[in-house]
Amino acid sequence: MGRKIRVLVAKPGLDGHDRGAKIVARALRDAGMEVIYTGLHQTAEMIVDAAVQEDVDVVGLSLLSGAHMTLFVDVAKLLKKKGMDDVLVVGGGIIPEEDIPKLKKEGIKGVFGPGTPCDEIVDFIKKNVKK
Amino acid sequence: MKDIAQKVLKGDARAVARLITLAENNDPVATEIMKEIYPHTGKAHVIGITGVMGSGKSTLICELTRAYRKQGKKVGIIAIDPTSPFSGGALLGDRIRMNELAMDDGVFIRSMGTRGMLGGLTSAVYDVVEILDASGKDVVLVETVGVGQAEVDVIKIADTTLVIIVPGLGDSIQTLKAGVMEIADIYVVNKADRDGVEQAVAEVESLVDISSANKERKTPVLTAVAKEGKGIKELAVEIGNHFKYLEKTKEFDKQRRLRYEAELVEIIRKELMNFIFDESTFKEKIEDLLDKISKKEIDPHSAAEEILGKILK
Repeated sequence: MGRKIRVLVAKPGLDGHDRGAKIVARALRDAGMEVIYTGLHQTAEMIVDAAVQEDVDVVGLSLLSGAHMTLFVDVAKLLKKKGMDDVLVVGGGIIPEEDIPKLKKEGIKGVFGPGTPCDEIVDFIKKNVKK
Repeated sequence: MKDIAQKVLKGDARAVARLITLAENNDPVATEIMKEIYPHTGKAHVIGITGVMGSGKSTLICELTRAYRKQGKKVGIIAIDPTSPFSGGALLGDRIRMNELAMDDGVFIRSMGTRGMLGGLTSAVYDVVEILDASGKDVVLVETVGVGQAEVDVIKIADTTLVIIVPGLGDSIQTLKAGVMEIADIYVVNKADRDGVEQAVAEVESLVDISSANKERKTPVLTAVAKEGKGIKELAVEIGNHFKYLEKTKEFDKQRRLRYEAELVEIIRKELMNFIFDESTFKEKIEDLLDKISKKEIDPHSAAEEILGKILK
């Protein structure tokens, strides 16, 4: 048995497109991780609450509506506020190039746009998750 | 570490979550904390919810929890989904149906993978029930994986076991006769707005008539449409009645004793397995024996005797 990487995959905000999130969730499962999928229309508070209860190592956010600068950043800030500083936050979706450095500065360590091979995300998590 | 135990007893969500992870990962630290909190357990009413895939267990749990919250009770939920036997990973999706419970401090939800256990539960579930109990939850709901016929471990841990059925299983209810259909304290025919509900209820009732013939308590058969919250109030009443029945008769102590027995056996089994398969001395021996078994130089029974001989000497 032993330790497994636990990942919360969540869709913050109002867009209803979760195909990408589901594909990534599956890939992470196939890489041996325990993936908790919470479904659509989550607020930052709901996501962080679930992250606390599930004691996850990683929070993966997917968003296609353009509100990533607000919602991704809110989640990262709230996690810190709850003392979950060691959680790795990653995000994906339709995210303009110029926003990526800003997001990284705010604590979203990995940002993955459309077409990213799933293996790349798996490797990133394995390398960057707090042991 | 003393800190974690104290925080758990105060109901601190972060500490509860942390301790569950430690227990799930078989961390020796968890063992020490579990010893410390054990005297504070035993108060929560543990309700097991089982049923076939897609029968609406998660939705029913969400609605039931809302009913308990209206009564002011604090609720812990353990939602178990299967771990892939191939990758060791798992997709835990029960929370999707429980979004309405988000942001309520009186509810703690934890998703777990089976991690190799086959009876519908997971090895650490006994610890997790005790952790939630010690943290002050009045009710602990344990949702099993979607079951087939023989995953009946939930009765070992639950004071009250609900078996969820849906219309349209038809004759297959007959095939469920052994196993899952023997363990219910209450049957719920969910999705009762669908065709065939009368038939489903009738089939379950005829089963109950036979199996409850000489018993003091007849297993109730309820209907519900969990998605619309229908039948939930009645279900909560029946669950309460069952708890009173347990307390009135000697069944309660018997039921709890069954849980402690299952937990004790599981702890010993886990430790033994770790001892045999993780200790380097045995590892070599096992590899060696596997070679011999492959070459037909020894049979598996004799090989097992050799290993057991080493332990039991």
